[in-house]
Amino acid sequence: MLKRGIIGAAVLFLVVAAAYASFYIAPEERTMGPIQRIFYFHAASAWAGMTAFMVCFVANLAYVLGRNQKWDWVGVSAAEVGLTFTTVVLITGPIWAHPVWGIWWTWDARLTSTFVLWLLYVSYLLLRSLLEEPERRALLSALFGIFAFLDVPLVFGAIRWWRTQHPQPVIMGSPGSGLEPTMRRVFFLSVLAMHALMVLLLSERYRLERMRGEIQELRRETEA
Amino acid sequence: MKNLDSIFAAYLLGWAVFFAFYLTVAKRGAALRGELDRLKDTLNGGK
Repeated sequence: MLKRGIIGAAVLFLVVAAAYASFYIAPEERTMGPIQRIFYFHAASAWAGMTAFMVCFVANLAYVLGRNQKWDWVGVSAAEVGLTFTTVVLITGPIWAHPVWGIWWTWDARLTSTFVLWLLYVSYLLLRSLLEEPERRALLSALFGIFAFLDVPLVFGAIRWWRTQHPQPVIMGSPGSGLEPTMRRVFFLSVLAMHALMVLLLSERYRLERMRGEIQELRRETEA
Repeated sequence: MKNLDSIFAAYLLGWAVFFAFYLTVAKRGAALRGELDRLKDTLNGGK
């Protein structure tokens, strides 16, 4: 309990430090002005969400290959956490876009592929809720999760491969692109903070699955 | 600061989503903990 409290406090500290740096340390962007500061929250959440979906993919693959129930627990936990982060991305993006583009939303490749990603993982969780038999649920959702992950490289590549309304990449983009050094440091601090939050939420969510497993075990014992 | 309302809305709604998720996890955890304790009591009572 104490260990969890210390970890929670450390994550809170990181998140507050990242927010402070986004508002008071990062310089103001010349063309967009203060609204650009949403980027540190929006893009860092997107990166953390993608990492969660990658964890989900690895867990799904490991379950299909090894049929160890713990991988199913990791998979569903990571899917829920990834979906939470992607929801934040889909909310903060349009709030930034409205004053900058004059529109809340457009169906360009990046926005559409992100929305499809969100729908895919909502479907993953719905599929799980429809299947009652645990082994069948674990296998079918793992297979669906592997399929759903195919959209992640598409989201990553959308602003690199096609012309989009969404801004071009400032990290791992074309030559000449990039961030001013202080902005870059603040961005990576935000990425670190969001990843720490993602790991914290993932471990909390995984505890639920472990408890469910324990309950199933005890039910079998009481019925025996 | 220009567009302060938009920045405020983005951070507020974003953190509301994280907080809501954490609350659902905590609520589900409390329900499962109750179920777990009940089953443990049943098992211990039977021994």
